[in-house]
Amino acid sequence: MAQEKSLSKEQQAAYWRRTSTLMWTVLALWFFFGFVIHIFAPQLNNINIIGFPIGFWFAAQGSLVVFVVLCFWSSSAQNKIDEEFGVTED
Amino acid sequence: MAGSGASPSFINNLGKIYGLYTGAFVGVTIVLGIMEQLGVPNETIGILFVALTIGVYALIGYISRTAQVAEYYVAGRVVPAFYNGMATGSDWMSAASFISMAGSLYLLGYGGLGFVLGWTGGYVLVATLLAPYLRKFGQFTVPDFLGARYGGHVPRVLGIIVLMSASFTYVVAQVFGVGLIASRLIGIPFDIAVYVGLLGILVCSMLGGMRAVTWTQVAQYIILIIAYLIPVVILSAQKTGIPLPQLMYGRALQEIAALEGKLGIARAHSAAFVDATGKFSMNEMINFLALVFCLMIGTASLPHILMRYFTTPSVREARKSVGWSIFFIFLLYFTAPAYAAFAKWEVYSNVIGQPIAQLPAWVAKWSEVAGLLTVKDLNGDGILQVGEITLNNDIIVLATPEIAGLPYVVSGLVAAGGLAAALSTADGLLLAIANALSHDVYYKMINPQASTKVRLIVARVILIGVAVAAAEVAKTKPAVIVSMVAWAFSLAAAGLFVPLVLGVWWKRTTSAGACAGMIAGFGICLFYLIGTQFYGMPLWWGIRNISCGLFGLPVAFIVTVVVSLMTPAPSKEMQDFIDSIRVPGGKVKHVEAVKVE
Repeated sequence: MAQEKSLSKEQQAAYWRRTSTLMWTVLALWFFFGFVIHIFAPQLNNINIIGFPIGFWFAAQGSLVVFVVLCFWSSSAQNKIDEEFGVTED
Repeated sequence: MAGSGASPSFINNLGKIYGLYTGAFVGVTIVLGIMEQLGVPNETIGILFVALTIGVYALIGYISRTAQVAEYYVAGRVVPAFYNGMATGSDWMSAASFISMAGSLYLLGYGGLGFVLGWTGGYVLVATLLAPYLRKFGQFTVPDFLGARYGGHVPRVLGIIVLMSASFTYVVAQVFGVGLIASRLIGIPFDIAVYVGLLGILVCSMLGGMRAVTWTQVAQYIILIIAYLIPVVILSAQKTGIPLPQLMYGRALQEIAALEGKLGIARAHSAAFVDATGKFSMNEMINFLALVFCLMIGTASLPHILMRYFTTPSVREARKSVGWSIFFIFLLYFTAPAYAAFAKWEVYSNVIGQPIAQLPAWVAKWSEVAGLLTVKDLNGDGILQVGEITLNNDIIVLATPEIAGLPYVVSGLVAAGGLAAALSTADGLLLAIANALSHDVYYKMINPQASTKVRLIVARVILIGVAVAAAEVAKTKPAVIVSMVAWAFSLAAAGLFVPLVLGVWWKRTTSAGACAGMIAGFGICLFYLIGTQFYGMPLWWGIRNISCGLFGLPVAFIVTVVVSLMTPAPSKEMQDFIDSIRVPGGKVKHVEAVKVE
């Protein structure tokens, strides 16, 4: 474990602002691919790619791929913020 | 190894160890396949499969036995992100995911995709809102966090109540699932199968707690994913020439759409938000989105999942392991729609419209097993019509090996996979319940002076007690319990999501606010469930009670915020504590009364 690292009040606030911005970005994408896009499923279903009606495909696979990528991306983006502020462990 | 922490050589060699294990498992499957060709009866193959896999889990459980509290509760916090992801995958995917989900997709078409979406998307919330902060907090259980953040026993007890009500019905359903799989596929009587399953669960968890459960769950994930993929990969190769079902089932969807027209089926497989007549229905759309919402929030609130992120070596690893978790879950979930589509293609083209005397062999075989598949010639014309065949949810995955004309050994493999899915989820749930009782109730509230030895004895006695209770309830075959599993998500969402998330993200949340929010949210949810399910209360805005969290969650949120603002802000010390768990580095600044291990 790292020794006590103390951020100043301002640094702490700036760190949390950046972290919060990332969180809201991720949640916005999550909300779009989790809900918004599916509202249009009946219309998207009119488009068909290699047999898949696209509205169906997003609910069955497309949004899932986005969720997986989103988890990995957000964790590496947060790591970068941590490094920038020098608050990583060890 | 007993009594000491995991040796570094074990952690460094995990890849080699599990690689060898996977190779051995494939080898055993091939040997069993050869034995089948040599004339060994199916029943023997099935029993060997079950006995061998449970034997391996028991062995892992025995090797991982421990006498240390941190090993027992959080696997010594040494589990690398990748393996914690696998363990979470099998912790998460239950008998329902493995056996029933593809069947639901078959029966419901687009409507069933709510489960696929809801059971994956929640991990995005776990990754950003909770896992890293709970890991930094670094105690043993989810109620621990509530106790530390909100101070005192009341929030802890409320957390335990929500945890128990969400997890117990869930674990009963898993034990029930083990009994069903074993009795259907191997022919052991249900009552005995329940106890075989119980034994399988206890040998994994009792001696080594979280440490044993972790390494067993990794082993179980490997078996369940192999077992899930093989039959449908082969079926895809047979039907389309390419062994990539996840990509090739588009062709099956096309064929289904064409056949639906020919057979006069109004509700198309891939049509979104339609009622039985095939027309767009706003109510269907709202219920679909509500279900997705509740399942996602519920995922991020279920303690048996959250506690897995206490086991990683660091905050950074905890975050990364959420990514691996959803990846390993994704492998199964994005295959399930392919299972459903290939099965439907087969049924529409080779079963319906055929003379009843000449149905494919798999139909005849499964119609002998009670309740899974029934064929009734209602109009007496000797030809099978659309309305004359009824399929149970569970049949799709179970019958796919036979649809593909594969030997029995593949069916045995599927049984072993289903068993692994049910056992691993049961292990995780059982541990979550027993740990809440032994750590939070006994140690934190009743006897804080208890020695390590006493604590671990109490933990094990409670574990056995809860397991036996679950088996006894499962033995009564409570139909209602199985449907109650889906409620667990709404209950957990309404009761735990707000206090956990606001506890990290909003410093102003006070103890009174959190407690009031939990009581109100959970209460509304429970009221709606019980009222609509048992007392004929009308639905609110047509929302089905499976999504009762849709009402509970906003109530919990509003009550928490309003009551928090009405009560004095948390102390400076508490604010420092929150600041300290928000950053990965540095020490956690516990508030005075909160004990640190």
